[in-house]
Amino acid sequence: MKPRDTHTAVVRVLYLARLREELGRADEELVLPEGVKDVAGLAAFLRRRGGTWSEALAPGRAVRVAVNQDMARSSTPIREGDEVAFFPPVTGG
Amino acid sequence: MAVRVQTEDFDAGREIERLRHGNPKVGAVASFVGVVRDLNEGDAVSELTLEHYPGMTEKALEEIVAEARSRWDIYDALVIHRVGTMKPADQIVLVVVTSAHRGEAFRACEFLMDYLKTRAPFWKKERTGAGSRWVEARASDEAAADRWS
Repeated sequence: MKPRDTHTAVVRVLYLARLREELGRADEELVLPEGVKDVAGLAAFLRRRGGTWSEALAPGRAVRVAVNQDMARSSTPIREGDEVAFFPPVTGG
Repeated sequence: MAVRVQTEDFDAGREIERLRHGNPKVGAVASFVGVVRDLNEGDAVSELTLEHYPGMTEKALEEIVAEARSRWDIYDALVIHRVGTMKPADQIVLVVVTSAHRGEAFRACEFLMDYLKTRAPFWKKERTGAGSRWVEARASDEAAADRWS
């Protein structure tokens, strides 16, 4: 049997707070591009969209990421069906 | 142990009473109430809006409470955090901890606030005379949370 095509791996991506405003969207369903296996890979893919994407997610910017509602790091793996959220450092309390 | 995220205001006195009710072993109750200030970064603030990440917020707060329980000998803990739009002098957050003695209650309460401020997905946006702006995270809050690690 042919292995499952990685191009069909869909993830839900959320943008919160200031990032949502800068990017002009709150969420999207994304087909994981081939080779994108972790948070760093997804961020790099999104930056390649250019414009506000490359600015808002620039490596120097303080951007936090959660995968399936747990705080993640750049090496955290991303798999089909995951919920990945990008947001600024938190300021509650 | 309870965590609540809500738009409505809370009655701190009633929540404290409820948390210790029925447990005569409680010898100490420590609480903290965070309030909207009318000034930030030198500018008058007329309104504060709290946004959060539904789902993750509750999970993060529950993890923080569980961490406090594992570190200190406490009986119970309550965290209420409001979201939505608030005015200066409005209450934002309540943390209550019960224990046998004050030391554990004080420390767990402070720990909960320090961790909440750096790990729970809330964001503040404030309205000043110049318009609306997102509140920047403070290095001093990170330093406060790092004290416990």
